[in-house]
Amino acid sequence: MFSFNNITTAIDEFLNSVLPAQGALIVECVLVALCAVLAYVTLAIVMIFMERKVCAAFQCRLGPMRVGYWGLLQVFADVFKMLIKEIISINRSDRVLYNLAPYLVVMSSVLTFSCLPFASGLQVLDFNIGVFFIMAASSFGVLGILLAGWSSNNKYSMIGAVRSGAQMISYELSIGLCILVVVILSGTMQISELVDMQRSGWFIFRGHIPAFIAFIIYLIAGNAETNRAPFDLPEAESELTAGFHTEYSGMHFGFFYVAEFMNLFIVAGIASTLFLGGWAPLYITGLDAFNNIMDYIPGIVWFLGKTFFVIWLLMWVRWTFPRMRIDHVVSLEWKYLIPIGLVNLLIMTLCVVMGWTF
Amino acid sequence: MKQRNTYIGKILFSVSSLATGLKTTLNEFFTRKVTEQYPENRKTQKISERHRARLYMPLDENGNNKCIACGLCANNCPNGTITIKTKMVTDPETGKSKKMLDEYTYDLGCCMFCQLCVNVCPKDAIAFNNDFENAVFDRKKLIIKLNK
Ligand code: SF4
Ligand code: SF4
Repeated sequence: MFSFNNITTAIDEFLNSVLPAQGALIVECVLVALCAVLAYVTLAIVMIFMERKVCAAFQCRLGPMRVGYWGLLQVFADVFKMLIKEIISINRSDRVLYNLAPYLVVMSSVLTFSCLPFASGLQVLDFNIGVFFIMAASSFGVLGILLAGWSSNNKYSMIGAVRSGAQMISYELSIGLCILVVVILSGTMQISELVDMQRSGWFIFRGHIPAFIAFIIYLIAGNAETNRAPFDLPEAESELTAGFHTEYSGMHFGFFYVAEFMNLFIVAGIASTLFLGGWAPLYITGLDAFNNIMDYIPGIVWFLGKTFFVIWLLMWVRWTFPRMRIDHVVSLEWKYLIPIGLVNLLIMTLCVVMGWTF
Repeated sequence: MKQRNTYIGKILFSVSSLATGLKTTLNEFFTRKVTEQYPENRKTQKISERHRARLYMPLDENGNNKCIACGLCANNCPNGTITIKTKMVTDPETGKSKKMLDEYTYDLGCCMFCQLCVNVCPKDAIAFNNDFENAVFDRKKLIIKLNK
């Protein structure tokens, strides 16, 4: 099967032949960073457009139609508007932390983003504790949100940030439990290996009932992690104006906005990597002709297709349910998701030990 | 419901009620969208029959309006939108003089489209039509003479 490894190795050899080893390494780092950020921004634009269209469709509207054909240029108009806005500084705010917070949030999501396996060999970071690293990197985004709320010297921001902290720290547990289910099933934490193992069958099929429950819990908890409705209490525009980013304007607000969308992409990307086989194509045992056709679809199409499908699922939920109350959010996590997740973990362990998986 | 109080019952109940919500929005996702893209769809757009856009006087076959200048519409209009000027016309055959409509003025800018005037008219001499593109640059142009 075609692998991006060939291309990256060729570039690596070429750079090493014209530059000293140190120089080649630096150039490679810059190239990789550039590609990652470009992909990040492109996907963010695609997702903002998708969100508008999908949201409109769920509300029986058409969405943006005027700027460009079928509203395709709407997002660029939005970005341009945001870029020409003034970045205001708030009186008696903590200047350093106030300016730092959006970058922390974006950094955490870019770090996690770079772990996603887009196709065979197309992955920035791949090492033996990949899944663990994803969890660690994604969880420090909450620090940026807390700092943003605290440093803007505004009661709404503060309440939003504290809610966000409570919610994210709670739901991180459920995410951890769901990821553990997959780790138990596969016996590895390395992302490339995880995907390779799914070439013979996606984990959601191989792990049947416990994997399916874990998938559902992961989607719920992931939705909460990204602060989207019905878990958008940190923003809760009806009560907190805009929550933790009330005081931010211009591109600083833009960073929060983009990071929120990309966190959604990351949650969906991880879900599709762990449960739906990442870039591994769909195989049905016994149907060789079908499997051969599936092989011709490149891995990146598989990955993006699955990821956007999961994103669509999350958007469906987001545009269906109203915002929850904070006590309901917390009790959903601690009274329902965690016990179910723990039992589910036990079931999966049993299945693996008894050899009841496929 | 009894099972709603148990732990499992609660979970099952909420899952089923969430599923109902999801089903509703999924149907909505695939239905025809209601958005009207107005200036582009000018040729094909359909306005509801009952839409009250602007008052007019329907004419009978002979090209005459049916107004008898009774003034009920002007008296019933909450906004004083309608002004009626009458004239006395003497019938040449019988020699009796009769009140006739001279000028029926309707101020579109004042109207709140309550339709009281139409409902009160004993002769159905006035009605609302669908002619909704009424934007003009001068308010004086909104004062319309309805009879010919
Ligand atoms: S619709 Fe109402 S406001 Fe308008 S002219 Fe008739 S009675 Fe007056
Ligand atoms: S329009 Fe109708 S209500 Fe008004 S004056 Fe004429 S007949 Fe009377």
